[in-house]
Amino acid sequence: MNIDRFLNEVERPLAPLPGHSSRGRLERVLRRGEFAVTTELNPPDSANPDDVYDRAAIFEGWVDGINAVDASGANCHMSSVGICALLTRMGYAPILQIACRDKNRIAIQGDILGAAAMGVANILCLTGDGVQAGDQPGAKPVFDLDCMSLLNTARTMRDDGKFLSGRKLTTSPEVFLGAAINPFAPPYDFRPLRLKKKIEAGAQFVQSQYCFDVPMFAEYMKRVRDMGLNEQCFILCGVGPLASAKTARWIRSNVPGIHIPDAIIERLEGAEDQKKEGKQICIDIINEVKEIEGVSGIHVMAYRQEEYVAEIVAESGVLKGRKPWHRELAPDAERLIDRHESVDEPLSPQQIVDEVVN
Amino acid sequence: MSSTPTEENAQKVTQATIVRAKASKTAFKPADVSPSRRQRSYSIRLWSVRNARFLEWFYKRFANMFLMLHPFWNWVGYSRVERPVTFVERNVKGLLFDCRMCGQCVLSSTGMSCPMNCPKQLRNGPCGGVRANGNCEVEPNMPCVWVQAWAGSQRMHDNDAIMNVQKPVDQSLRETSSWLRVTAQAAADRGVSMEKSA
Repeated sequence: MNIDRFLNEVERPLAPLPGHSSRGRLERVLRRGEFAVTTELNPPDSANPDDVYDRAAIFEGWVDGINAVDASGANCHMSSVGICALLTRMGYAPILQIACRDKNRIAIQGDILGAAAMGVANILCLTGDGVQAGDQPGAKPVFDLDCMSLLNTARTMRDDGKFLSGRKLTTSPEVFLGAAINPFAPPYDFRPLRLKKKIEAGAQFVQSQYCFDVPMFAEYMKRVRDMGLNEQCFILCGVGPLASAKTARWIRSNVPGIHIPDAIIERLEGAEDQKKEGKQICIDIINEVKEIEGVSGIHVMAYRQEEYVAEIVAESGVLKGRKPWHRELAPDAERLIDRHESVDEPLSPQQIVDEVVN
Repeated sequence: MSSTPTEENAQKVTQATIVRAKASKTAFKPADVSPSRRQRSYSIRLWSVRNARFLEWFYKRFANMFLMLHPFWNWVGYSRVERPVTFVERNVKGLLFDCRMCGQCVLSSTGMSCPMNCPKQLRNGPCGGVRANGNCEVEPNMPCVWVQAWAGSQRMHDNDAIMNVQKPVDQSLRETSSWLRVTAQAAADRGVSMEKSA
């Protein structure tokens, strides 16, 4: 590969900015006050990197961040750290999801360091669905940390430069920390307070569960604004197209925590082309939620309909003509190139010792 | 041994499959998990949440009494009383709260609803999977521990304690007495403050 050509073609790594906790593009977009768009990559059941690259390519130029899901719904897929490794290698801006279901605190802290070293700038801290929801319900649920203590752990590593044990890090991970919210599940009174807790624990942005009930979301946002939480944290509303009324029913009864009002299902049933109507409902919801004060962006989850993400974003006009994101060189690329060049003449053992000691 | 696909399917009919088929279509149904896996009544646990205010009042006095007994615990030796006190604690709290003996009790911050009964052992609030009827995502017949905790905390005098961000569980403290640890800690703190004022 011609490294010089590669270096000239892509943009240089982003410089740190004051007040920013990461060098990522998502944080820049949000702090600049733009309406952000993130989406989710459907993780492949494969060991072929091209599957990841192909699935990421269809989002190019339409989103500010790509969530690499961590066995969502407790179904086994390629790991989120693996997907992030591939995406950063290509210069995409991934959001690493960490679910507490599968890993204990030792593995999680190691993953945070490893991911940050690969150039992952955003981490989404989740509790994770129970193992019963997935394809292997006999698995041992770990849940050593919960999303709140995970946020706290990641923040401790970033801001204090320490592991949970207090042991020092030589370089702390520069990451923008996120969490999930679900305004559509009981106890409804507690949900805004739970967001407050998450912010106290370290959340800087949140992505919500699928929003199909805009009045309910608006009510939640009203309480959030009353507490001033929208000024302490960027809130991204989760949206997505429903493929058909049948799928909607299936999701409602099989995926935990998703609330779909009957009106939406009736509207889908009444339509001639249900898939098209599902997309239209999604666009209508986006147009309603983007007007709600305190909403900083949307998170488009189009599971197995990823090809429609660009269309939904374009038709809803949320970007206002902004071209959000193009590939950027992974922060460590230059270092990598230096290392490649120095490999030509291997050092003798004595030279290595001299170099390290002096 | 040969089996046709239909035979294979017939073998797969379990108790869980039958229950799932009978459940209403709109209800959330998890994967093939038998609801009979854990059949129990939650009435005492729910009583404790309903009477969270009384239990809070009672525990305050009880903790004070334990602290007054500090010289006695110290004389016998904390390590020597650990086993009998743990026995009593396990049974009393086991009856009232379905206590799991995590050894670092946070009942005062969770509306007298033990968070270790959550299948995800969440100590900081409900997950996003709570059903619309307020029951658990994983165990459909169990009222969500955190829906109860929120209700209980609102009955308590110190109703802001639920907002404390709890640290991860220290697994090395499992099966030890939370009462004695709190007492020893309080006694130590009292000693420090006495030294300072002297």
